[in-house]
Amino acid sequence: MSRSLRPLVATAVIFAIAYALAVFQFPNMFSTRVLGNFLTDNAFLGITAVGMTFVILSGGIDLSVGAVIGFTGVLIAVLISLAGWHPLAAFALALAIAAAFGGIMGLAIHYLQVPAFIVTLAGMFLARGGASVITRDSIPVNHEFYTWISELTIRVPGGGRFSFIGLLMIAIFIIGALVAHRTKFGSYVYALGGNETSASLMGVPVARTTVGVYMLSSVLAALAGIVFSLYTSAGYPLAAVGVELDAISAVVIGGTLLTGGYGFVLGTFIGVMLLGLVQTYIIFDGTLSSWWTKIVIGGLLFLFIVLQRLIFAASTPGEKSH
Amino acid sequence: MRRVVSALASPQLLALLGVLLINWFLFPPFFRITWQDGRLFGSLIDVLNRGAPVAILAIGMAGVIATKGVDLSVGAIMAVAGAVAATMVVAGYPAPVAVVAALAVGLVCGLWNGFLVAVLDIQPIIATLVLMVAGRGIAQLITEGFIVTFTDPLLIFIGTGSFLGLPMAAVIALVLMIVVTLIIRRTALGLFIEAVGVNRAAASLAGIRSRMLLFLVYGLSGFCAAVAGIIVAGDIRGADANNAGLWLELDAILAVVIGGTSLLGGRFSVPLAVVGAIIIQAMNTGILVSGFPPEFNLIVKAGLIFIVLVIQSPLATRLVPVRLPKAEARK
Repeated sequence: MSRSLRPLVATAVIFAIAYALAVFQFPNMFSTRVLGNFLTDNAFLGITAVGMTFVILSGGIDLSVGAVIGFTGVLIAVLISLAGWHPLAAFALALAIAAAFGGIMGLAIHYLQVPAFIVTLAGMFLARGGASVITRDSIPVNHEFYTWISELTIRVPGGGRFSFIGLLMIAIFIIGALVAHRTKFGSYVYALGGNETSASLMGVPVARTTVGVYMLSSVLAALAGIVFSLYTSAGYPLAAVGVELDAISAVVIGGTLLTGGYGFVLGTFIGVMLLGLVQTYIIFDGTLSSWWTKIVIGGLLFLFIVLQRLIFAASTPGEKSH
Repeated sequence: MRRVVSALASPQLLALLGVLLINWFLFPPFFRITWQDGRLFGSLIDVLNRGAPVAILAIGMAGVIATKGVDLSVGAIMAVAGAVAATMVVAGYPAPVAVVAALAVGLVCGLWNGFLVAVLDIQPIIATLVLMVAGRGIAQLITEGFIVTFTDPLLIFIGTGSFLGLPMAAVIALVLMIVVTLIIRRTALGLFIEAVGVNRAAASLAGIRSRMLLFLVYGLSGFCAAVAGIIVAGDIRGADANNAGLWLELDAILAVVIGGTSLLGGRFSVPLAVVGAIIIQAMNTGILVSGFPPEFNLIVKAGLIFIVLVIQSPLATRLVPVRLPKAEARK
């Protein structure tokens, strides 16, 4: 087996073992119903995590995604419920604003040469503040379009319901994987994460790629905000606080190297599923409190970081990666 | 003498003065300070009091950032330390024991981060992310999911008491700032920390024990976070695992950056980081007293980060050649 596939395989094996153990204890967890809910409940996180995968592959980080989800939710709720817009028009505007927002962050990261971490931190403050300025309350969305989408499900035997948003997440993952591994933009992103100087010398358009990566991340975060709004039928400025951490965790657990340049979009999917599994297990158990989720995720994060360290230390003997 | 004068002319202090003047303009009684019940009252004192937790975090964070690192876990460590102190006094331990235990837990958390960064060679932002994610869960485990309230006079004194008329939190921040500044600037320690930040491999080759220094800065950051956590718990007379110190890590990083510490490592100032924390708090207070909704805080903060970034960026230095030879030599 190729060395580079090891982290991905490790994640998949750990997920399979964890799922098997969970099913062993609660046989009900092995059903299409649980699987369907699994996808629906984690759809917004999964879509955000696809964008985060690209950012981390390029060697950056995006702390603003949770705030963009919150902002998008509030914006479309206000446009639909208070201004009377059609949801599709509101979605289009939200996606356009997010694209501009991500683009500006990318420009600042590239041209001001500041760490992505601090630029996206400012972006996070701006988006969260903007959402709170629009409204401080939760705004419900009642529109026939929303009810129509929520009824748009595929029913399968065993009581399973595959909702529109769950399937949308899978579609985004497939498209993300194709873009990452089959397009020029994808190879630019990998090159950038591997070594920015070499990438630039090899003719990778560094500025355009950086801007593109952060635009993609913000647009997907806005899409996640739309999904979140369909999921909760409301917009709330403090929605999805801390989702950036979950998304980063999912990417890391999925085997993407945090220094950039190495990883798979598919790994992120397994990462999201593993986070979802922890949550579902804790709900099934009933006696464990929800804060165990955070501790287990922290533990998993640690495990995978150390695992990556060991694998990459083994593959490059006598050389420290940074 | 000249050094004192040139330190007072630093952009950070001028910015603080500017913010205070704007506050005064928006809210004329801003500078009024009254003496009541043996302590000082007024908006300025309030700025010092409310700004103290972030200032204390910034003291530890400045050292971490000087080594080209960052500590995202300080907010979570605050929650853990507060939870430890509160549950111990509620369980009947004397308050000094609870405080020492909470400080020790903070130190251990910091050393854990130091271990990940120094020994396992993990990027700081990710190494500290582990504790940032897990820390609040651990704090809730300690408090068993409740907000543990207490009536212990010593802990409450740490959070809300006063010393020589000044709020206790501000006094603690000031003492910590002076002690840390003296330790790092009266010895070569500060220089070593900066050397590690500029180039860790080169510093190690030059005989600096970079691994131990990393343990030291992350340990200090954890310790400072524990101090801030105890103050916040004492202030609300309880430990709230969910909200204690929430997002304060970001404010602390911002304070350090405003204080002129480069995020690329190699240059730091503890007193100016504290000034940065006071600037942030003065702006928060200004927005409150002037009647703007508090939501504007975040937007103003974002604008502030952006301005600082533009000023610090290489682009700005190229466009506006810096004439001060001193500033050039520092780079």
